[in-house]
Amino acid sequence: MTTFTDPPKESFRLSQLIYDTRYRSLTIQVIAAILIVLSLSWLVSNTIENLRILGKDFNFGFLFSRAGYDINQRIIEYSADSTHGRAALVGILNTLAVAVLGCVLATVIGVVMGVLRLSNNWIVARLSAVYVEGFRNVPLLLWIIAIFAVLSESLPQPRDFRGDDGVSMLFADSVAITGRGTYIPAPVFGDGALALIAVFIVAVGGAIFLRRQSIAKQEETGREPLSVLAVFGIVIGVTGLFYCLQGGLIITLFTLVKLAVLAAIGAVAWAFQARVVKDLPIPTAAQTAAGVGFVIAVLGVWMFWLAPTVWTGVQSALGLSTEFAPSLTFEKPYLKGFNFADGIFLRNSLLALWIALSLYTGAFIAEIVRAGILSVSKGQSEASFALGLSPNRTMNLVILPQALRVIIPPLISQFLNLTKNSSLAIAVGYMDVRSTLGGITVNQTGRELEGLLLVGVFYLVTSLLIAAVMNVYNNSVKLKER
Amino acid sequence: MSESNAKDLSYVRTEMLPQAEPPAAEIGAAKWVRENLFSSWTNTILTLLSLYVVYAVLSGLVPWLFNSVWVAGSLSECREILAATTHSTDGHSAGGCFAVITNRWLQLIFGFYPVEFYWRPISAFVLLFVALAPILFSDRVPRQLVWFSALYPFLATWLLWGGSFWVPILVIIGFVIGAVVFRFASNVIGVAAGFGAAVVVAFVWWASLMPIVNDGLHRMVANSRMDSALATATEQLETLPVQIAELEASRDALTAEIATIEAAKNDTAAQVEALREAGEEVPRDLARQLKSQISAMEDVRADRSDISVLIGQLQGQNSSARTLASNIENLPVWLAELPEQEAAAKELRDALPDHLRNATVIFVRDDESDPNDVALVQPVLDAESAVTSTEIAISGAYNRIGLTGLEPVSSREFGGFMLAIIIGVASIGLSLPLGVMLALGRQSDMMIVKWCSVAFIEIIRGVPLIVWLFTASLLLTYFLPPGTNFDLILRVIIMVTLFSAAYIAEVIRGGLAALEKGQYEAADALGLDYWKSMRLIILPQALKISIPGIVNTFIGLFKDTTLVGIIGLLDPLALSNAIRATTEWNGVYWELFIFIGLMFFIFCYSMGRYSMSLEKKLQRGHR
Repeated sequence: MTTFTDPPKESFRLSQLIYDTRYRSLTIQVIAAILIVLSLSWLVSNTIENLRILGKDFNFGFLFSRAGYDINQRIIEYSADSTHGRAALVGILNTLAVAVLGCVLATVIGVVMGVLRLSNNWIVARLSAVYVEGFRNVPLLLWIIAIFAVLSESLPQPRDFRGDDGVSMLFADSVAITGRGTYIPAPVFGDGALALIAVFIVAVGGAIFLRRQSIAKQEETGREPLSVLAVFGIVIGVTGLFYCLQGGLIITLFTLVKLAVLAAIGAVAWAFQARVVKDLPIPTAAQTAAGVGFVIAVLGVWMFWLAPTVWTGVQSALGLSTEFAPSLTFEKPYLKGFNFADGIFLRNSLLALWIALSLYTGAFIAEIVRAGILSVSKGQSEASFALGLSPNRTMNLVILPQALRVIIPPLISQFLNLTKNSSLAIAVGYMDVRSTLGGITVNQTGRELEGLLLVGVFYLVTSLLIAAVMNVYNNSVKLKER
Repeated sequence: MSESNAKDLSYVRTEMLPQAEPPAAEIGAAKWVRENLFSSWTNTILTLLSLYVVYAVLSGLVPWLFNSVWVAGSLSECREILAATTHSTDGHSAGGCFAVITNRWLQLIFGFYPVEFYWRPISAFVLLFVALAPILFSDRVPRQLVWFSALYPFLATWLLWGGSFWVPILVIIGFVIGAVVFRFASNVIGVAAGFGAAVVVAFVWWASLMPIVNDGLHRMVANSRMDSALATATEQLETLPVQIAELEASRDALTAEIATIEAAKNDTAAQVEALREAGEEVPRDLARQLKSQISAMEDVRADRSDISVLIGQLQGQNSSARTLASNIENLPVWLAELPEQEAAAKELRDALPDHLRNATVIFVRDDESDPNDVALVQPVLDAESAVTSTEIAISGAYNRIGLTGLEPVSSREFGGFMLAIIIGVASIGLSLPLGVMLALGRQSDMMIVKWCSVAFIEIIRGVPLIVWLFTASLLLTYFLPPGTNFDLILRVIIMVTLFSAAYIAEVIRGGLAALEKGQYEAADALGLDYWKSMRLIILPQALKISIPGIVNTFIGLFKDTTLVGIIGLLDPLALSNAIRATTEWNGVYWELFIFIGLMFFIFCYSMGRYSMSLEKKLQRGHR
C-alpha cells in the first residue's frame, strides 16, 4: 500500500480569480484593460459626436492646401503660396535650429559657469552664483520678453549706420548688430564647393585616424607623436591649401614663385654685402647696420619699383589669369537705403529666444556640472597628483571621465527641456512649429484637433529619439558591475 | 671642560624668544584678499574682469534706482519729475518710474478680483500655511491639524469663488459616503472592488443627487425669505441711487480739484522745460514744487479712486438688487409658464413622424439631413430650448435669492500672482495622489498597468506644457460629452494637474528606487499585502525622500504658470501687458519686469532654500 498523498487535484474555481495570488493579477489587469479601453472609446466617441455637431471631419488634407501667410525667418524656401505642410516643415526646421543653437550655447555657458562657481576666487564664485540663482528662479517667459525688449530698445536702428559718423559694423564691415536683428555674412557656394567639403571630410577622417594611432603609440611607448593641436593644424592646413589651390592653381603657384624670387634676391644681396661691407673703414656695428640697410634697400627697390612691372609683364606674356576665384566666398551685408541688404538676417526674435533659452538652461547646466565635479571624491585627484600627473591631465584623464558619467544624463534631459521650452517662441513672434502648424495654420483652417495632434507628435518623437540616444550612451558608460 | 665651553658659547639661546606677530601678508584681510582674489595670474585677471562687470552693472543701475520716481499718476508725470530733478538730457533713462508699481501693485497681485473681497484670497493664503504645517513641519505641530489640511481645499475654493456655505459641505459629504461604502464593501468584496464601489457611489452622489439637494436647499431658503428679500431690494433701490449721486458729486468735486492742481503743475513743468531749453540748471525748489504738486495730485486721485470703487460697489449692489427684484417678480410667471411650455414641447415632439422622433441638434447641423425633415424638427427644438431656458432662469433666480454665504466671484476676475498661486498649489495638491498611483503603476509587475503608466508619463513629459495648455483651451471640450462647457481656470488646472502628475510620478519613482530592497522584502516577510506594505512601509519612506524633488517640481510649475497668459488668463505677465496698454503707463517696461521678476525670485528662491534644508534634514547618513 502506498502512503503517498498526492497534492489534492483541485479543479479551477471561479473564486480563485480573486483570492488566488496566481490569478488575481490577471483579473486586475483584465479589468484595468477593459476600463482603459472603455474610457478611451468614451473619449473618442465624444470627439466624433462633437465633430459632427460642429460639422467638421477629421482629415489632414489641409496640409496640401495653400497656406497664404508669410514666415519671416526661414531656412528653406517658402512663400505665401506654399502649402500648410511646407509651413509646418519651415516651423519644424526653425524649432530644431533654435534648439541646436541653444543647446550648444547653453552647454558652453553652463560648463564655464559651473566651473567658475567652484573657483577659489571669491568674487568669481559669487558672481556665478548670482547668475545661476537669478536665472533659475525667474520664469523663462519673463527672460525671453525682457531680453527681446533689451535687444530692440537699446541697439541702434539700421538708419543709424548711415553716414560717416554713424554706428560702424563689426569684424571688418561684415557683421551689423541692429535693433531689428543681426546681419551676418552669407556663405556662397561656387563650383567645386562639394570637392572642398569632401577634402575637409577626408582631412578630418585622416586626422582622426592619425590621432588614434598616436594614442595607441602613447599607450605602448608613453610618447605622443601627434598632439591634439597638431591634429587641428593638419585639418586646417590641408583644407586651407586645397581652398587656395582651388581658387586658382596657377595663381597659387605664381604666388609661390614670387615669394621664391623675393627670397633669392634677398639672399644674393646678403651675400654681396657680406663681401663688400667688411672692407669699409668703419666700426663693426656700423658695418652691420650698413649691410642690413643695403639688403632692405635692394628688397624695397625690387618690391616697389621693379616687381610690379616685371610680374605684370610676365603675367601678360604668359597669359595668366589674375582672378582669385575660390569655391566658397562670403557675401557681406551692406547698407542699402534705410536697411541692410544681402547676408543672413537673424531677427531679434530668434536672437532673444536663443540667448534667453541658453542663459536659462545654462544656469541649470552649471548646477549639473558643479554637482558632477563635486561627485568625484577628493581622493581621486590626490591619487592622480601622487602619480605625478599635472593638474591639467588630472582634470582631463581622471576627474572629467568620472564626472561625465554623472553629468551627461541630466544634461541631456536639460537639452530636452530646452527643445520643449523653445515653444515659448510665441512670446516674441519667432515662427517655430507651434506658431506655424499649431498657431496660424490652426486658426486659418479651424483644424485644432489635427494641428495640435501633429505638433504633439513632433515633440514626442523628438523627445523619444533623444531619450533613446541617452539610454544607449548611459549603457555604454555604465560602471560594469558583476 | 666641554661643559664650561658649552656655557661660554654665546650663540646658544637659553630662553625662548617672545612670540612674533605673523607677517602682515599672512593675517586678516590682506591674507584673505591674496588667497581669494589674487592667488595666481589667471585669478587676478578674473578678479579684475569681475570687478569691472560689477562696476559696469552697478554704475548703470544704482543711479537709475536712486533717481527713480515712486509717486506719479502716469509715465509723462514721471518724466516731468525726472527732467526737473536729474538734469539729464533725456528724461526716461535717467531714473526708473516705479510709480507704476505703487499705483498698480494690487492689480498685479489680485488681478481684477473685487477690492471689497480681498480679505478672501488673503485669508485663503494664510490658511494655506496652517494647512501645510502638519505636512512640512510634522515634528512641531499637533497631529490633529491634519484634519484641517483635509478640509482646506474645500474651504479655500469656497473662499475664493464664493457661493452658499453648504456647497462645500455637500461635496465633503460625497467623500464621507465614499469612505463609508469603502469601509463596508472592502470587507465583503475586497480592497480593489471596494474602492471601485466607493468611487462609483461618490460620483453618483456628486453628479445626480448633490445638485438636487443643492437646488432644494436654495429653493427652501429662497421661499422662506422671498418677502423680506423683496423688501430689502426695493428699499435698496430707493436709497442706493441717492447715495451714488452724492458720491458722484464728491467725485466731481475731486476731479475739479485735480484739474486745479494739474494746471499749477503744468505751469511748473513749463517753467522747468523753459529753463532746460535755455540750458540753465533747474533750481532745487522748483523741482521740489513739481514733485509736491504731483504727489498732492496723486493723493487726491487716490481719494477719487476710492470713491470710484465705492460707487462701483454701490452700482453693483443696485443692479443686483434690481435683478433680484425682477427675479422675484418674474418667478411666479416663469413657474406658471413652465408646465405649459413643457406640455407644448412634448406635444410637438409627439407630432413628429416616427423616424424623426429622437432627432437632436446634431440632426439639424448634419449636412446630409433632408432639409424638409430639418424644417420639421427645428420648431420642436426651439420649443425645447425655451423650456430649458425657463428652467435655467428659475433655478438662477432661486440661487440668487437663496444665496447664503459669500458673494460669488467669477473666474474672469482672477489674475496676477493670486492666479499663479491658485494654479500652482491646486495642481500640485491634486497631482500628488495621481503621481503616486502612476509611480506605483510604473513599478508594478502587471504588464498592462505598467505599460499604460509608462505611456501616460512619457507622452505627457514629451510634449511642452504650452501645447497642453492650448489643448486645454481649444480641445478639451471635444473630448467631453457635447454641451459640457466649463471654466477656463478649471480646464487649465486639470491640464496642469495631469502635466505635473507625470513629473511627480518620476520624482516618486526615484524615491521608490532609492529604497533598499530589504524594505520590500521585510514588508513581504511580515505578511503584509501589497497595499498595506505600500501604505505602512514603502510610501512613507519613499515620499519622505521625494519631498525635495516635489518642491523642485512645484518651483518649476509655479514659474510655468506664466504660460497661462498665452491662452488668455491674466497671469502677472499678461497683466503687465494690460497695464502697458493703458494711456497712463504706455511705455513702461523695466519697472514691471523687475517687480514681477523679483516676486517670482523671492517665492522660488525661498522654496529652493527650504527644499535644500529639507534635503539636509532628511539625510539619515546611512552611508
